[in-house]
Amino acid sequence: MVTSLPNSPVESAVSLRGVAKSFNGVVALDDLEVIAPDGRITVLLGPNGAGKTTAIRIVTGAMSPDGGTVRTLGLDPATDGEEVRRACGVVSAKPALYDRLSGTDNLRYAAELHGVDERIIDARIHAAAGRFGISHALDAQVGGFSTGMKTRLALARSVLHEPRLLLFDEPTSGLDPESAQAVLQLIREMTDDGHTVVMCTHHLVEAEGLADHVVVLDAGTDLVSGRPEDLIRRYWPEDRVDVATEGGAPLDDLAVIAGVRRTEPLTAGVRVVLEDPSVTPDVVEALVRAGHRVTRIVPHEPTLEELYFAVRRSSRDLGESLPEEVGR
Amino acid sequence: MNWSRTLTVARTDVRQLVLAKDFWMPMGILGSIFFVVVPLILLLSITSLGDVAAVQNIADTLDLLPQQAQEQIRGDTPQGRTSYALAVFLFAPMAVVVPLTISTAVGAASLVGERERGTGEFLAHSPAGTKEIYLGKLLASLLPGYFTTMVGFTAYSLIVNLIVGPEVGGWFFPTTQWWLLMLWVLPGFLLIGLSLVLRLSGRVRSTAAAQQASGLITLPLIAVSYAQASGAIYGTPTTTIVIGAIAWSIGVASTWRGMSAVKRQRLLGVADGV
Repeated sequence: MVTSLPNSPVESAVSLRGVAKSFNGVVALDDLEVIAPDGRITVLLGPNGAGKTTAIRIVTGAMSPDGGTVRTLGLDPATDGEEVRRACGVVSAKPALYDRLSGTDNLRYAAELHGVDERIIDARIHAAAGRFGISHALDAQVGGFSTGMKTRLALARSVLHEPRLLLFDEPTSGLDPESAQAVLQLIREMTDDGHTVVMCTHHLVEAEGLADHVVVLDAGTDLVSGRPEDLIRRYWPEDRVDVATEGGAPLDDLAVIAGVRRTEPLTAGVRVVLEDPSVTPDVVEALVRAGHRVTRIVPHEPTLEELYFAVRRSSRDLGESLPEEVGR
Repeated sequence: MNWSRTLTVARTDVRQLVLAKDFWMPMGILGSIFFVVVPLILLLSITSLGDVAAVQNIADTLDLLPQQAQEQIRGDTPQGRTSYALAVFLFAPMAVVVPLTISTAVGAASLVGERERGTGEFLAHSPAGTKEIYLGKLLASLLPGYFTTMVGFTAYSLIVNLIVGPEVGGWFFPTTQWWLLMLWVLPGFLLIGLSLVLRLSGRVRSTAAAQQASGLITLPLIAVSYAQASGAIYGTPTTTIVIGAIAWSIGVASTWRGMSAVKRQRLLGVADGV
């Protein structure tokens, strides 16, 4: 991996601490804390206007924060901006390509600005284009590309200079599901090569299975962050199994089984909240003994989507309770 | 300051202009009108009219020119002296108007255009310094206007020598004053105009606004350039060199100040007031 920065390990590839940013009095970021571990995919999850794009811009030094501390690959973008940006590959929400130029010219422009050695630019262009499946279109004017092709070209452009840190802002925006899936797969492959990826999205399904680390943002601040499995365990400390039976008979009596804390009705069947996963065979046995024919019994793994809404709900509840506490 | 990146920005911008027929076709037409069509019609008319009263009247007005300029006029006949004077003195200001018009159009769209197309985001995240971007854009705006003018100037020289040359005893164009005007004075004025226009382009919200505002700046500048170009041609080479030196000084100072007009936040379109 070629990079201008020393290869000494840094605690985290990106560290934003207490970062604030306002535009003409409108708060975009407020006391934002983001830590992106090195060599992992960190996903910034949040609705539109949560501050994800502003955070990315601050990471590269394209934008200066009003307050707080920013470290990108151990450097301060305010003073070492050029070095930081040379080590970053960015794909913005709009691909930001030059429509009149060909694919090759767009890639060459980026390579030259990033200081890639002239002797290896062509090889890099062909390697990146091949990796993202756009070799056949390199000579065509980008204005005629489909949205998917443009995204692939933007992705190829982001890796030309072999950056250590990749920043993707809604990289699947405007793509059909198939292209989006392909792009996400390519992003996953990048971390296999040792890249650190920070990706913004409001598509929760995209983050599922991709994120090694999640930061949930809302209104310019981080609500929660951590590994998805840790966060899920934090929000759902109990084990759950989803049970369905033939005929959809009521299963309220399961609550009386030792080790079952409660049941929650589902559209088809019931979710059984357990003290311990070892209680599951007891649940099955009780159902059979009661004459139910079990058609489905699966441990429930909360999705990132569920986590996201749980975090948002919890944040809202906290926000609503605050005035009361202050009033006391 | 990385000059290689500055040249990369300039080269890429010029390449985009070359690929834009809707840009270079009007540019070519404008240059052709000023440097070929109008001189051709005017000079052909005068040289083919013969010794008529109209030509005699124009020849008489040549006495109003500064002594220095009168001494330069060659030719023994009224139509020879008139066509020489027109070729050397009348069209000089055009050499300034054409490149300023073309370069202003390019420069006005350069920075704000990046923002409008969304490519400002790419530049803002790139390692290119804001000064490098500004100078690259300035070069890319200057070159089309200057190149068109030099091509037009070559064609004009040919036309003048072919039509007026036989009347005044052979090829005479470009004169020393014209060489100085084209190679020394003109780039100075272009630099002044573009440094101002690019500053505007870095601050306004849209290309349309940039073009409107740049018109306000360049119209007075064109008027000044017009007068100075005439002075450069009428005066001595020393006068021309001094005029050029003043233009260059102002241009360099204005460019220096203009380099601060490019801010990464402005490229992103989120700076205050943008």
